[in-house]
Amino acid sequence: MTTVATQIKLTPEHNARPGASMRSRLQDALPKLVLAPSFAITVVFVYGFILWTVYLSFTNSKTFPSYAITGSRAYQRLWRWTFESDPPSSWYTSITNMGIFGFLYIFICLALGLFLAILLDQKIRGEGMLRPIYLYPMALSFIVTGVAWKWFLDPGLGLEQTLHQWGWTSFHFDWIKNKDFVIYTVVIAGVWQASGFIMAMFLAGLRGIDGEIMKAAQIDGATTFQLYRRIVIPLLRPVFLSAFIVLAHLAIKSYDLVVALTSGGPGGSAWLPSNFMYEYTFKRNEMAVGSASAVIMLMTITAIIVPYLYSELREKPR
Amino acid sequence: MSVIATPARQSTGGISARTVNRVVIYGLLALFALFYLMPLFVMLVTSFKTMDEIQNGNMLALPQAPTFEPWLKAWGETCVGLTCAGIKGYFWNSIKMVVPAVLISTLLGALNGYVLTKWRFRGHTLVFGLMLFACFIPFQSVLLPMATILGSLGRFGVTLRNATGLSFGLGNPTVNLVFVHVVYGLGFTTLFFRNYYEAFPTELVKAAQVDGASFFQIFRRIMLPNSMPIFVVTVIYQFTNIWNDFLFASAYAGTGDAMPMTVALNNVVNTSTGVVEYNVNMAAAMIAALPTLLVYVVAGRYFVRGLMAGAVKG
Repeated sequence: MTTVATQIKLTPEHNARPGASMRSRLQDALPKLVLAPSFAITVVFVYGFILWTVYLSFTNSKTFPSYAITGSRAYQRLWRWTFESDPPSSWYTSITNMGIFGFLYIFICLALGLFLAILLDQKIRGEGMLRPIYLYPMALSFIVTGVAWKWFLDPGLGLEQTLHQWGWTSFHFDWIKNKDFVIYTVVIAGVWQASGFIMAMFLAGLRGIDGEIMKAAQIDGATTFQLYRRIVIPLLRPVFLSAFIVLAHLAIKSYDLVVALTSGGPGGSAWLPSNFMYEYTFKRNEMAVGSASAVIMLMTITAIIVPYLYSELREKPR
Repeated sequence: MSVIATPARQSTGGISARTVNRVVIYGLLALFALFYLMPLFVMLVTSFKTMDEIQNGNMLALPQAPTFEPWLKAWGETCVGLTCAGIKGYFWNSIKMVVPAVLISTLLGALNGYVLTKWRFRGHTLVFGLMLFACFIPFQSVLLPMATILGSLGRFGVTLRNATGLSFGLGNPTVNLVFVHVVYGLGFTTLFFRNYYEAFPTELVKAAQVDGASFFQIFRRIMLPNSMPIFVVTVIYQFTNIWNDFLFASAYAGTGDAMPMTVALNNVVNTSTGVVEYNVNMAAAMIAALPTLLVYVVAGRYFVRGLMAGAVKG
């Protein structure tokens, strides 16, 4: 908001010129006035609220917010829970799940996305039909995805039952009901939803590569495999970065999918930090602990996003 | 840049090796198409089956006697929590929330993008940077303060209604959600329009200024008529995001008559009273998915462009 004030001071000709009407001064300030509400809203409802959450995390708020600072007890508890693995604390489960889910989700989406993009880039007939098929899950709500996969993975109704009917009676697949494996079902549904989009990102990247480079490499006798490993994939580095940022961001924010697919899993075994935050804040009346976990999530995302945004915004100094 | 298909390295067995290659590629592509289509197929097929057929039949089999019953039941009769009036009310809730939220956030985004590219001031990058970062925060970090504020506004609305007879929408969950979605959607809409207007020739704006056109005249006469594609992209992106939102919806309208479609669907599926009617659940899920799927089918190209623009700063 200070920019508005300084900007008006920086254009002194209006003050100097006595004929300058109110109207033209208004015209000069108009762009800033138009932007001001949005900016003010962002400052208050994003940054102000973040500070508010940080503040709450240093109180001992339970069911209702309390505003007496009581120190870092919430963080100390989270820190203690971080190592409480037997029996696992909810926080331990949440962050281990985050590690498993985050790694597999990002890795499989990147690998599958790149693989499909390379396949689709081989002058495929019917590409126009296949691409939308790979991509449509991205248009669905996580809740719908969760409902669909919950059905599909249910041992009594879905895949297991179907294979039993087809005669493979020893087939056993109950991950969705198994507390040690339930998080992997979240990975499956998550990959199903996002990998098509990552494919589209890679495909756009592939289409942007100069064909001359490829021809030159082929003339030099490079095999297809070498061509992709040595030339194409290194050229796709910026796409890898963008895709990684998108996926990391989606992974840390994942909440709905766990709720819809597993309802939290047996004994909360499918929780991610976002579920932990929601449950502790709104259901277990541990507002301070919930806020502390939200702050930790925010810091994780900030560590990934800020350097990226900074480099992106700096690139074009126009 | 097709590589495998080029005839450059064809040896003696060339043709057959190439054919094998193509078969493998098409086979893999078809296999993955099945993987992506399977859940939708199962959902669709199940929603047309009777409960009898579901329990005794095969998940992948086509319905032997297709029935619309589950769809009608999901729309008009099924129980969401304790009320058993179907999901139709919640569907309309979502529409009442989505339409204003999308329109307001898109229009504000267009104006912001216009200012940030054509009427630059010192610190415009910082302002944009702060708005942009707001897109990426985990909403958990603002969830609780917003709940507190919305709660106070609601109490104020009650006081206001007692005093004047009108609450001006304060405390109405749908209004609250519109507000929340506008606030946290602004970053994205501003990003879309800023990047689009960045490429728009500034000379045109300068020329109009010289001719004496005002700020809003330029916006209405020059920018808006040239913004159709980005409007479509932004509207689709916002529509999909807001329609599919679950976190805000469950936090601020998680119970009662005002809950949006996603929350209602989750409640339908997780209602544990009585026999679980899978066909009805699947029909409800299909109904919840239809609006965004429809948008995707009709304007898939713009949908993808929106996702890309949200992912990569153009």
